[in-house]
Amino acid sequence: MSKPIISIRNVTKRFGEVVAVDHVDLDIVENEFFALLGPSGCGKTTLLRMIAGFETPTEGEILIDDEDMAQTPPNLRPVNMVFQSYAVFPHMTVADNVAYGLRVTGTPQGEITPRVAEALEMVQLDRFGARKPDQLSGGQRQRVALARALVKRPRVLLMDEPLSALDAKLREQMQLELARLQQTVGITFIIVTHDQDEALSMADRIAVMESGLVRQVATPDRLYEHPSSRFVADFIGKVNLLDGRVTGARGKSVSIDVAGVGKVSLPFNAEAAGDVAVAVRPEKVRVSTAKPKGGAVAVNGEITDWAYYGDTSHMFVNTSDGLRLSVTVQNETRTTVDNVDLGDRIWLSWQPEDMLLLTE
Amino acid sequence: MESWRDNRFVFWVFALPGTLWLLVFFIAPLAIIWALSFGEQVDLVNVEVTGTLQQYARALTDPVYIQIIWKSIWISALATFLCLVIAYPIAFLISFASTRWKTVLLVAVILPFWINLLIRTYALIAVFRTRGFANFGLEWLYTTAQLDHVFGPFEPLPLLYNNFAVIAGLIYVFMPFMVLPLYASVERLDKSFLEASLDLGASQVRTFFSVTVPLTMPGIVSGIILVFIPCLGSFLTPDLLGGTNAQMIGNVIERQFKAANNWPFGAALSFLLMYATFGALALRAAFAGRKQGMEV
Repeated sequence: MSKPIISIRNVTKRFGEVVAVDHVDLDIVENEFFALLGPSGCGKTTLLRMIAGFETPTEGEILIDDEDMAQTPPNLRPVNMVFQSYAVFPHMTVADNVAYGLRVTGTPQGEITPRVAEALEMVQLDRFGARKPDQLSGGQRQRVALARALVKRPRVLLMDEPLSALDAKLREQMQLELARLQQTVGITFIIVTHDQDEALSMADRIAVMESGLVRQVATPDRLYEHPSSRFVADFIGKVNLLDGRVTGARGKSVSIDVAGVGKVSLPFNAEAAGDVAVAVRPEKVRVSTAKPKGGAVAVNGEITDWAYYGDTSHMFVNTSDGLRLSVTVQNETRTTVDNVDLGDRIWLSWQPEDMLLLTE
Repeated sequence: MESWRDNRFVFWVFALPGTLWLLVFFIAPLAIIWALSFGEQVDLVNVEVTGTLQQYARALTDPVYIQIIWKSIWISALATFLCLVIAYPIAFLISFASTRWKTVLLVAVILPFWINLLIRTYALIAVFRTRGFANFGLEWLYTTAQLDHVFGPFEPLPLLYNNFAVIAGLIYVFMPFMVLPLYASVERLDKSFLEASLDLGASQVRTFFSVTVPLTMPGIVSGIILVFIPCLGSFLTPDLLGGTNAQMIGNVIERQFKAANNWPFGAALSFLLMYATFGALALRAAFAGRKQGMEV
């Protein structure tokens, strides 16, 4: 891994009695697309604002390019931010908004004009320079905020919930565009989001936060397929969490007695004992009318709820042992949905190696 | 539910009291004064409306009145400007205070309204007179700093019965009219605009002049209008605090109606003041029209 551009060392932020950020250690490296992901109130925005300089850490230090930023005000930091509300100045034209950050730092006019043009082109607003922000749509205003920050050529671009104000279609388009932009400009991006899809689809690495703590830092696929805790497994994607108890471990497998399922042997080399949680993702569960053969884990149950999403459906199944499991079914043919009814008894099955063992 | 505006009977029940009040106590007196401004004093009690313009001609040609009007304008302008400079930090302080302090500070700004203007003005006389609180405090500082050994005994400053007293009095009386609209617009200002400006590399001072002032312009303009216009027409403050040389146009108008018993001339002066005010408001409207779409 290349050298860290931002080092967050043992940073804590308290607002009175409330601990917003709790002893966080993070290294963010050059050219990385990094996401801070967590439910609202988990401290992710506070952490971002501390990097930008709008909040000061109660304890710990933040280093940008190996330099302690404690005494550096926001206007002198080599980072720029795209605000959740975009904060595009309503009394200036689009071009003036983008030029603002260059003008206030005394960039010569001869350099400002081409750089503004280049930045506007980068966000595909080259024909909008003379417009006022109130003549733009929400998505265009966000591009202005993006161009305004990028024109400064910051070491790090910070984005606070950049897509939350856009509608679903536009959000998907901007996700791709932001990822593309990050690769073109080669600047480290840090985004704050509560939307796991956003984080998974755009980020190189994700830090999952909960009540001020960083619970796990990993690549999107590691987070999804190898969550380190119940919280992360539950927060990223959908999951069926089951209670279990370790009955023995031998070589490269662990035997677990799973409530409502029975004895399961997981092919992992894990150090676990006592009460644990096991989990299986809904899309890894197969549905069949007959009991499946082979080494799959299988349970029988009754369909109680059905949510239709077009490409997929979510089925909720109650087993006779009191488990409630959810399953994602691909609507592979146009008649898939017609063949299932509420109240039908079906078999659910999954491979033991698709199960997660969660000790935290 | 049927809108009350659609029902003629209900509409008139609601609209009539207000309309009558406006007609009888505002439009009618204004019309009478306006008519009088085109009249002549024929004897001690009678005025004849002859359609003459001689009252306006006298007001606009006699240098005494032009001078007093001009002086009223610059005193009002100076008082308004000082109000703005003092009120802006106050508005900011209130806006950034915690919710509890906000209420306390807002009440503190409004509190003087609970006391009669006349009493407040007399209180200022007690502060500014030769042996008043201001001079008393200054004397204490002067002697405590032992300046009397260097420069001789303390000489009370002439704080009362001059232009200084009038301007100080006007600022004191009209300050809340500046603070409140400014506060409203600072409060409405999305603070992330200020953060964005800092983030882009602007200093605090640059942020204030490039972002804060333009975005709170509606409040600044409202405050200026709410202070400047009543300042221009004030007569109690200059009457009590100003000396014989510190008269404003309001005092002259009052004298025409009372001591001088020349209603037509007083009416003409009143309307000249009103035309000036309308002119200022028209400028404001033009300004607002040009900047339309700027408000956040």
